[in-house]
Amino acid sequence: MQQTRSVELGTGLFVLLGMGALFFLTTQTTGTDAFSGENTYEVTARFENVGSLKNRAPVAMSGVTIGRVTGVRFDPEQLNAEVTFVIDQRYSMIPEDSDASILTAGLLGSQYIGLQPGGSDMYLEDGSEIQFTQSAVVLENLISKYLFSAGSNE
Amino acid sequence: MFREIYYTFLEFLRTFGALQLFFLQLVRNSPTVFVRRFRLVVQQVYNTGALSLVIIMVCGLFVGGVLGLQGYSNLARFNAEDSVGTFAAFSLLKELGPVITALLFAGRAGTSLASEIGLMRATDQLSAMEMMAINPVRRVLVPRFLGGVISMPLLTAVFTMVGLFGAHVVGVNLLGVDAGAFWQQIQNSVSPGDVYEGIIKSFVFGIAASLFAVWEGYNAIPTAEGVGRATTRTVVITAITVLILDFMITAIAM
Repeated sequence: MQQTRSVELGTGLFVLLGMGALFFLTTQTTGTDAFSGENTYEVTARFENVGSLKNRAPVAMSGVTIGRVTGVRFDPEQLNAEVTFVIDQRYSMIPEDSDASILTAGLLGSQYIGLQPGGSDMYLEDGSEIQFTQSAVVLENLISKYLFSAGSNE
Repeated sequence: MFREIYYTFLEFLRTFGALQLFFLQLVRNSPTVFVRRFRLVVQQVYNTGALSLVIIMVCGLFVGGVLGLQGYSNLARFNAEDSVGTFAAFSLLKELGPVITALLFAGRAGTSLASEIGLMRATDQLSAMEMMAINPVRRVLVPRFLGGVISMPLLTAVFTMVGLFGAHVVGVNLLGVDAGAFWQQIQNSVSPGDVYEGIIKSFVFGIAASLFAVWEGYNAIPTAEGVGRATTRTVVITAITVLILDFMITAIAM
């Protein structure tokens, strides 16, 4: 009897440890950061070219992450890319004429959306669309521009 | 020559089919055993899981530590030392955690299951049970199979967690990566899908490893040599199957 009790105790401890490890892995390694449904508002922006912008890419203002991209889709009617992202409710005082540009973190880093504040006294709110956008810089276009201008100088 | 190949192939097919039927029999009896003979299952979770904890934790710690060292030295060329956490986390969660745990499980728990059941066969204990109208499948095989299936995902989770801890010790405490950057990078790049992939893998590997251990033990030739051979075959077949399954699941999940 004593033996089965210690076996059951050991099993209980083992299963608890395993469950604890699973819980740790699902909560600590995955980025369930503060930008989830409850305390955020959703904004859209249209870009000619989104480069390699992905879901969950950061949305930053002055280099500080204030939100995340939640969706990138091609709009077949307007023939451009529609990006939706959520911004933390704490930052609800962003002027509505701010402009959004797609920037690259580092030389080979991933792309993110950078917001530049505008001067309006109306603020972005849930469902509003950013009017001024700047597309991702595509390296080939830069090179061809450079080559073209070099050719025209001669 | 052709005849030999033909008969070998036929033999393989027969074994393969018998294995499937055996597996179905185990699965069919699992719910009843889990409810009515819960104590036996607990006993086997203890034997296969709790007693494997030491080897799993020690190996996990060192695997994580090696990932930290290798990741750091390779990423330092690109000035991306902060990503060492991401490197370790992805390797552990998706590949090394489930695979190494399954191989260790085969070596530590699978062998003991196979030799135990093989010895029962060799000493006629299984036949004796049938004489006493006790169903050996329910009494002996299914509890061991279920114990293994329950233990594997839990052991994998422990291995992965300890491995991350090992990578943290090497990366942050030894090599001086910033602790905040380490975890921040992990959280930015790992998505819940990556964790689920590892859990699914460990579950599938658990089924495979337990099935082969029980199967080999149950079909062991009832001699000392036969039991030894069954034990060896358990480890070999489990290792091969786990790595093939790993490739298939990874290909599907991509």
